[in-house]
Amino acid sequence: MFMFTQEDEKKIDKIVKKYPFKQSALLPLLTLVQRRDGYVSPEAMRAIGGKLELSPGYVQSVMSFYTMYHSEPTGKYIILFCHNISCQLNGADDLFAHTGEKLGVKGGGTTEDKKFTLHKEECLAACCGAPMMRINDTFYENLTKEKIDKILDSLP
Amino acid sequence: MTQILFKNIDMEGLNSIDVYESQGGYKSLEKAFAKKPDEIIEMVKASGLRGRGGAGFPAGLKWSFLAKDVFPRYLACNADESEPGTCKDRELLEKNPHLLIEGIIITCYACRIETGYIYLRGEFQHASDLMDRAIEEAYAKGYLGKNIMGSGSNLDLYTHLGAGAYICGEESALLNSLEGMRGEPRLKPPFPAVEGLYGKPTVINNVETLCVVPWIINEGPEKHAALGTEKSKGTKLVSVSGHVKKPGNYEVVMGTPIREIIYDMAGGIRNDNELKAYIPGGSSTPMLPASKVDVLYDYESIQAAGSMLGSGALIVMDHTVNVVEATLRLTYFYMHESCGKCTPCREGTRWMWQLLNQLQNGTGTNEHVDKLLDISDNMSFKCFCPLGDAAVAPIVSGIQHFRSDYDELIKKLTTDTVAG
Repeated sequence: MFMFTQEDEKKIDKIVKKYPFKQSALLPLLTLVQRRDGYVSPEAMRAIGGKLELSPGYVQSVMSFYTMYHSEPTGKYIILFCHNISCQLNGADDLFAHTGEKLGVKGGGTTEDKKFTLHKEECLAACCGAPMMRINDTFYENLTKEKIDKILDSLP
Repeated sequence: MTQILFKNIDMEGLNSIDVYESQGGYKSLEKAFAKKPDEIIEMVKASGLRGRGGAGFPAGLKWSFLAKDVFPRYLACNADESEPGTCKDRELLEKNPHLLIEGIIITCYACRIETGYIYLRGEFQHASDLMDRAIEEAYAKGYLGKNIMGSGSNLDLYTHLGAGAYICGEESALLNSLEGMRGEPRLKPPFPAVEGLYGKPTVINNVETLCVVPWIINEGPEKHAALGTEKSKGTKLVSVSGHVKKPGNYEVVMGTPIREIIYDMAGGIRNDNELKAYIPGGSSTPMLPASKVDVLYDYESIQAAGSMLGSGALIVMDHTVNVVEATLRLTYFYMHESCGKCTPCREGTRWMWQLLNQLQNGTGTNEHVDKLLDISDNMSFKCFCPLGDAAVAPIVSGIQHFRSDYDELIKKLTTDTVAG
């Protein structure tokens, strides 16, 4: 059963006050739930819609437009692995394959222990540090196989 | 060399208000508030500052298009930086957030705006957190809020995070996203200066553009107009990436030779390889061959060479690159990011990706290349928004300058078939 916590409610009040119209708070609320739960369930969509006077269908239609919202549970760590031009030129394809093999999710997906979700991602604006990946909120740049192994092994 | 944006960029603690102020930060506000709003707009016009997000439209002129006497008005700062190859705004946001806030305060005063939003791409959570902290500091010092520095001017400023959609960098899609909708572009006109956020007059500027404003107020528009070329004034942040020895963001005076940027600033090509091609202004701008390396980095020179300055992302490719493979990746990107609202872009990008895939796999023919050009022709200036034009840029320019890369893949098929 989906519930907003008291702390969530405080955050939501603060978010909604930023805008003259409540609907503008839709992306921030989806982000709040995505970050808290790792995905946005249909119940959560209903709850968000309830807060903002939007139908669950509308919430879903907006949510489905943006790639950072997940409708299925994700791992504790979401790895966005850039494969766009600057990273491609610097060997991102090999490194992505290496990461997939290391985690046992060739081509991307969520590991069995639900620790990692690996995604091939479009440009993340770190082109001068290519090849790069983002794990949750942190950018890791100038990657090598050794560096990736070290980063992944160090995450609790 | 004059540094407008990157003068102290690597100074420790610059993103805190105390260090920023110790370097003369927020000093332009007093000067700005001593002038009338319209005078500021005239100053920015006289400076020759053009939008740094991609289109290069004169910033002061854009502000002067705001619908007269319609209030409230809004400011939306475009920090959706998603153009492949571009990473300059992130550096400004993370290392010098107060410079952006100072630029926004002046812009809002000039345009009589009391509410501003910084729209950051969803992946910029860290930059957004730093920005939120900087905004809080600015409120505490009285630079934001009611009656700023006794000027009678008010401004509330907020961050707003997107959630992963390249198209939201297009200004009207950004507005839709900010209003809690799918990030699809709007039909123009009306332009945002007339009917923008919540149907009200709205100023939309890129991070880099707004960051130049305090310098213009401090140093005077003449000094800015004296930098650069006849029509491209000031400096530009250039993100140099790809096959260079020292990739990075470099601030160059408009009109700097591209050869100097690649070989002096960025250290030249990796392993001293041969330069094959470069993309001058982000993935949406046509690629150019090595023979054009002496072109100057300014709007007009790059246009005359057959491309665009765009967002200032210089992507460098050495002789090991197969242009078809690079183009395939960019085409995948546009297919992935097409919002699906209009048919030529939604269908065209997918079709082009399929054709390129076949060429890359060695199953393509000359007809594939002809078809690519035909689809490109049917997309150019015929899509709802500029994403369609961007999608055809690498394809048309790649075929124009590097047809031999395509021919090689096609020849392989013919040879294999004959041998088989």
